[in-house]
Amino acid sequence: MTNEHVSFRDVEQVFPARGKQDPVHALGPISFAIRPGEFFSVVGPSGCGKSTMLDVMSGLTRPTRGQVIFEGSPLDGTVPDGIGVVFQEDASFPWLTVWDNVAFGLRRRGVDAAEIRRRVDYALSFMGLAAFTKAYPSQLSGGMRQRVCIARTLVMQPRLILLDEPFGALDQQTRLLMGDELLRLWRETGATIMLITHALDEANLLSDRIGVMSARPGTFISIVETGWAKDRDSTLAELPEFGAVSSRLWALLRSESMRAMGQHAASRSSLAGKAA
Amino acid sequence: MGKAGLIRIAVILAAVLALEIACRTGAVPPSAVVPPSAMLASVYEILTTGEIAHDLRLTLTAVVIATIIAIVGGFFAGLIIHGLPRLRRTLAPLLAAYYAIPHLAFYPLLIVVFGLGLGPLIVLASLLGIMAMIIATLDGLDHVPRVLLRTAAVLRLNRWSEMMLVRLPAAFPHLLSGIKLAFSYAFIGVVAGEFILSTAGLGHAISFAYDNFQNRRMYGLILIAIGLVTLVNTTLLVGERRLLTRRGMR
Amino acid sequence: MRSNEAIQPSVLLRWGDGLLVLLAIIASWQALALWGGSDVMTTPIETVRHAVQLTGQSRFWPHFRETATAYSVAAIVAVLGGLLMGIALGAHRLTGEVFEPIFVALYSIPKVTLYPVVLLLFGLGIEAKIAFGAMHGIIPVTIFTLNAVRQVNRTWLRAGRAMGLSPAQSILHIVVPATIPEIVSGIRIGLSLALLGTMLGELFASKRGLGFLLMSAIDVHDVRTIMAIALLISIFAWAMNAAMLAIDRRLHQRI
Ligand SMILES: Nc1ncnc2c1ncn2[C@@H]1O[C@H](COP(=O)(O)OP(=O)(O)O)[C@@H](O)[C@H]1O
Ligand SMILES: [Mg+2]
Repeated sequence: MTNEHVSFRDVEQVFPARGKQDPVHALGPISFAIRPGEFFSVVGPSGCGKSTMLDVMSGLTRPTRGQVIFEGSPLDGTVPDGIGVVFQEDASFPWLTVWDNVAFGLRRRGVDAAEIRRRVDYALSFMGLAAFTKAYPSQLSGGMRQRVCIARTLVMQPRLILLDEPFGALDQQTRLLMGDELLRLWRETGATIMLITHALDEANLLSDRIGVMSARPGTFISIVETGWAKDRDSTLAELPEFGAVSSRLWALLRSESMRAMGQHAASRSSLAGKAA
Repeated sequence: MGKAGLIRIAVILAAVLALEIACRTGAVPPSAVVPPSAMLASVYEILTTGEIAHDLRLTLTAVVIATIIAIVGGFFAGLIIHGLPRLRRTLAPLLAAYYAIPHLAFYPLLIVVFGLGLGPLIVLASLLGIMAMIIATLDGLDHVPRVLLRTAAVLRLNRWSEMMLVRLPAAFPHLLSGIKLAFSYAFIGVVAGEFILSTAGLGHAISFAYDNFQNRRMYGLILIAIGLVTLVNTTLLVGERRLLTRRGMR
Repeated sequence: MRSNEAIQPSVLLRWGDGLLVLLAIIASWQALALWGGSDVMTTPIETVRHAVQLTGQSRFWPHFRETATAYSVAAIVAVLGGLLMGIALGAHRLTGEVFEPIFVALYSIPKVTLYPVVLLLFGLGIEAKIAFGAMHGIIPVTIFTLNAVRQVNRTWLRAGRAMGLSPAQSILHIVVPATIPEIVSGIRIGLSLALLGTMLGELFASKRGLGFLLMSAIDVHDVRTIMAIALLISIFAWAMNAAMLAIDRRLHQRI
């Protein structure tokens, strides 16, 4: 376990046929490991199986084949203690205030009230939400709601944090700033982070390693080591090495993205044929 | 209030005024419709003399009991059916056809089984209301966003906590509309029952006034019945608005 | 071929389950009838036998015709009237905003209480039943149509214009396909409620029709006839609803 916080062994996910639809081979077979304390990102064309991989890694979905090992023991179809997940969609509870949303998980654990208050207040101010504790999610912007979900995950002090395109709704500038926050959080907590993103620059900037996924069924065509220092931030983007890694990622992804589009467009080929 | 709201009020006032004039000029015979002003006067008389208190109490008792039975029964039935997909798939055509069946046709049977009095009224009214609540419960549980359930799984909630702390709060707006419908149906069930075969209650008072050519009184009673339902509906609606606004669903 | 094999068992299973429910209903009915005695309820077989016998009598058919006529006219008025009002209110924004809350309010008031008014206005004949049935049915058709028309995506219409469609073509190829599923849902509910309204009309004050037969059976405590008529009405209501629901589902599947 020393050098593997979480690992996949020949993991495959196939969604069974539904109605007239064929079964979907979404993921794998895929084997890899994320090291303890590592910042690992996953990039890949849309629909390649990134979210599916997150589901399997968290224990939410039991894979069709293969095994996921977390901290030395295989996952059994439930989410183990120590894993926190921030989903792609807004998962804040609309019936609770921001504060109650963030405190929700701790209350279920029976943590004592003073400790809950300490952790929640800290997480809220860390995420820049201190002024909105009494607001309801509907009164916040999409980006702020996503931060509520991140805070809700943080207070549980997970050792492995999985984030699925958490900044998808944000503009480029805010994304960069949120990225810096995420790096700060990562350094402060010492947690292992797996981040799914479709922004290559973001993956490049934040990660120790970047897994580049193929079109469906998703596997890693390459895992790129960046070699950035631990105390990096968004100023990194000015370095020439940064540009080199970005071009490398894009070169790897270009053909895969085209293949992914081809999957969607397979049925259109007849149209092209007619036109010709 | 917006422009549409003002126009709406004007339209309603104009309609009432037109009716008033039509009645006063004899364009509409008093044997059919009494003027709105007379209807209001009649409401005032009936309410101040308190003559309807007894009938009203009977009707309300039946409506309240039936509503409660429909809400509680419908909620738990919905919960159970939701938990058993196979049962649900089988019951689906039955659920869909429920309101197509004219329940009043069975009212006489209920009288035979439960005797005269409040019993058959309550049974009929709860039967009418319960399916609205079942359907609303199913609907609400169906529409809980998947990501919230996955959040519950990540937070390692057990089934009970998941239900109480995530599913039900998420489904609550749907449950509320179920409650509204259950009340409406219960009211219709009771009043319709009183119309056909009853010797007391608001519905009976209306049909008695009709049979005895007491038009003024009949219209007053009808307005009272409609006013009562509107009052309850509006109260529920205001609560619902507030809830939905807070959740950003409006 | 392969997909056929995959589907067949589940279809069989579903039919089996449906049959089971039907059997359960018949069994509990039978049990209730045995427990309550023939004063309360007739058994399923007796009821069916009496229903068949009833439909064989010549005195039954004039009543049936009366109900069928009243219902058909009420249904036509409700659907056509609802469509017209819904389209008019949906196409003109302000008119829609003014009238929609009024219709929603009318939808939620207990229309049973208005029945005496209908009688005063239309007399005791078939007109009152038709009016009452149409009154019940027209509102859901209006509300659903209104919403369907209002929610036609402006962008689709703009896209249509950009592709050079004429207004008539836009209506035929964009508005109609976009609104039909919602409108059919409204019609389904409207037809059910119109039946309910017509039946209520016949139960309260009427000298002809199935509802009248039912009420006269109640007066003389003729349980067999009560049950037989209730069964006939229920079967008709169920069949109509099932047919509409099948169409409804089909149309909604595309979305
Ligand atoms: N529950 C499911 N049932 C069937 N197919 C699914 C399911 N979840 C995802 N898929 C399919 O699996 C593929 C990968 O989906 P996903 O992991 O969400 O992609 P990504 O997150 O990379 O965009 C897609 O083609 C998607 O349609
Ligand atoms: Mg995804």
